[in-house]
Amino acid sequence: MPAQTINWRNTGAFFSKYGIYFAFVLLAGTLAIWEPPFRTLGNLENILQQISVNGILAVGMTLVIITAGIDLSVGSVLALAAVVATSFAKADDDGHANHALIVPLAMGVLAGLACGMVNGVLIAKRRLAPFIVTLGMMTVARGLALVYSQGRPEINLSTAYDAIGDGLAGPGGIVMAAVLAGIFILHFTRFGRYVYAVGGNELAAKVSGVNTDRVLIGVYAIAGALAGVAGIVESSRVMSGAPSAGEGYELNAIAAVVIGGSSLNGGVGTMAGTIVGVLIIGVMNNGLDLLGVSSYWQQVVKGAIIVCAVLLDRKSRN
Amino acid sequence: MPAQQSTEDFLLKMEGVSKSYSGVPALQNVRLQLQKGEVHALMGENGAGKSTLMKILSGIVQRDCGEIFLEGRQVEIKSPKAALDLGISMIHQELNPVRAMTVAENIFLGKEPCYPFTGVVNRRKQREMTRELFREMEITIDPDKVMAELSLAEMQLVEIIKAVSYRSRIIIMDEPTSAITGREVARLFEIIRGLKARGMAIIYISHKMDEIFRISDTITVLRDGQYIETRPAKELDHDTLVKLMVGRKISEMFPKRTKTSDGEVIFEVNGLTRRGLFENISFKVKKGEVFGVAGLMGAGRSEVMETVFGLRRADAGTIKIRGQSVRIKSPADGIQNRIAFITEDRQLKGLNLKASVRDNVTLVNLKSFSLFGQILQSGKENAVVDAEIERMRIKTRHRNQIVRTLSGGNQQKVVLAKWLLTEPEIIILDEPTRGIDIGAKAEIYKIIAQLTERGATVIMISSELEEILGMCDRVIVLYHGRITAEFARADFNQENIIKAAMGNWSSN
Repeated sequence: MPAQTINWRNTGAFFSKYGIYFAFVLLAGTLAIWEPPFRTLGNLENILQQISVNGILAVGMTLVIITAGIDLSVGSVLALAAVVATSFAKADDDGHANHALIVPLAMGVLAGLACGMVNGVLIAKRRLAPFIVTLGMMTVARGLALVYSQGRPEINLSTAYDAIGDGLAGPGGIVMAAVLAGIFILHFTRFGRYVYAVGGNELAAKVSGVNTDRVLIGVYAIAGALAGVAGIVESSRVMSGAPSAGEGYELNAIAAVVIGGSSLNGGVGTMAGTIVGVLIIGVMNNGLDLLGVSSYWQQVVKGAIIVCAVLLDRKSRN
Repeated sequence: MPAQQSTEDFLLKMEGVSKSYSGVPALQNVRLQLQKGEVHALMGENGAGKSTLMKILSGIVQRDCGEIFLEGRQVEIKSPKAALDLGISMIHQELNPVRAMTVAENIFLGKEPCYPFTGVVNRRKQREMTRELFREMEITIDPDKVMAELSLAEMQLVEIIKAVSYRSRIIIMDEPTSAITGREVARLFEIIRGLKARGMAIIYISHKMDEIFRISDTITVLRDGQYIETRPAKELDHDTLVKLMVGRKISEMFPKRTKTSDGEVIFEVNGLTRRGLFENISFKVKKGEVFGVAGLMGAGRSEVMETVFGLRRADAGTIKIRGQSVRIKSPADGIQNRIAFITEDRQLKGLNLKASVRDNVTLVNLKSFSLFGQILQSGKENAVVDAEIERMRIKTRHRNQIVRTLSGGNQQKVVLAKWLLTEPEIIILDEPTRGIDIGAKAEIYKIIAQLTERGATVIMISSELEEILGMCDRVIVLYHGRITAEFARADFNQENIIKAAMGNWSSN
């Protein structure tokens, strides 16, 4: 038999480069075998529904993180967008809306976009640290959501609005569209290339004639607008526009991006990685639920997995 | 050859030292002999093995074989701490002090004088000991000053004093003048002479030839990981040393240019001023010229050119290109006017080290590879990048290789490729050959010559006089933000350029 030579170094490099994908397959495969309820169609739909909001947020977060930034405000912006959108989607007695469906949708996205633009302008033009600016926006947007809604969730929503988040088609379709748009922007456009250039070396990008301010404002605006979309999906899914929605969602989005291999130092990351990061978090939450692990312990596991993912990633880079 | 001496006369002797990194030899059977009270220059191109040898000596890496003798006694240097204990310290090129701590705290970091049995630092004693060390070396820096407030030159002095405080016998200095200017270099050399007088030996690594001949007593040359020769500096001249380092004669270091400028002024700067940086800068550059900008570091050379390119704003002054007044407010405007700016610090301003060769090469020109200005046409882009890699002879496995993993010379070629892709008419090069080895330097000179042959105009800022003398048709000299002299090639004279750069030159 001819001896097949295996280059272990290359094999190792291959595994560490695509390790996160293998980890996902391993995780999903194990659950599918051990936990039959996991592989039912209903459960898969359930997972997709649950990850839809985080998926939408993570697409924007990926762009932000590749520019070496961070957006802590997306959870609060989601809530603001939700209360703004739902205020235009109130139902009259027979469930009909006062406005055409496009109105609440547009208002929600615009609210998110506006917050994102403010973030971007402060970060790009005033040279403030993204962490500080978006931490401020996190509080401001939450406050505005409470002011706007007077602290009360809007639960009397039109049937048309409720239908958006109903079942799989709506949330699933929207997250798919967001992901495809994200892939297109990041990997197939000039803007996407500039996102990497700004994150890799902002000064060099500037010298090369890149309008770095515009790129930075662009990514925060996209992240904000997507937070608006997520607010619509979330409020429609739970049939309530609550000012308390989305609390802590920014951390889930950041976790997905980081698990997906993006570097918080900027310049490195892919949309595909982020998608797998979102899937891993989603499948893990679902799996732990199915296995009956308490939600307290779930947090411990999730945190540990984030740190391990980054550790593995660091190792593979050396 | 050094005079015949017995082993005991050498402070340090390294014999037959070899080291391989995953099967690739970095050092083969290298030796180094160091005497007390000498400045010993270690010379060689990048990759010659200088830094590996010094890492072995300072305990950062372990040799595969060979012997090290310190004052005749065989020693093992297993860690940086062991090296320090043996009296060997290294001052790295990139200084890395704790910026938030004071000078005294930095010097005594890890060996703070404490009150007995308490572990509480005796700050007064620490301060006094620092003062004492400074007094010995005639340095006037306040021990209580926070490190971040010091200039680079002062930080370097503190590092040296720190080395002295370890009672070091051997101090390794890696490119100590890469970030300091003429007067500070002179001060550094005074300090080095003081250390010599106290019997310490200095191993000095630098790419700057003139410094080597100014300060060193003995020169050892390495090439491709092998020992070539050790000679007293007095017995060597510049050309011989280069020949030893490169292994072939570079009489053709600077290419001959057949075509000279045809006299048409393409670029004209008038009265350019930025308060606090430079004042009333005026010059004219002719088409096809290599126009030199000489001066010491900090004279305002880069600032002037950054302003011309649009990276900075001027307070006053005009710029004309081909006789037309232009307004340049951003790099995009500079690029629009067919100016390329190859910055001084390629890692800081020139490249995205985390990105691929391709992404770097096409960054300035990306619009021309985009449908509707946005959608990238990767087929077209890849073909152009492959052609550039070929043309510039960039040594890379693939266009997708990450630029960080390329050598310095190849990184510089990536920067050049990026800018040449814009087909610029005026190319500003800021210290184009800093930190790259002689072979790559010669290639870059050749590229510059080819550019002018094709009608491009080159403005070259350089601190290396031989480069100015070898390449330029005309040169202006800046001192403290003002032009102090202008010379045409016929009047080039090393001494006059130096005088003008120091501010003591009047043209009559």
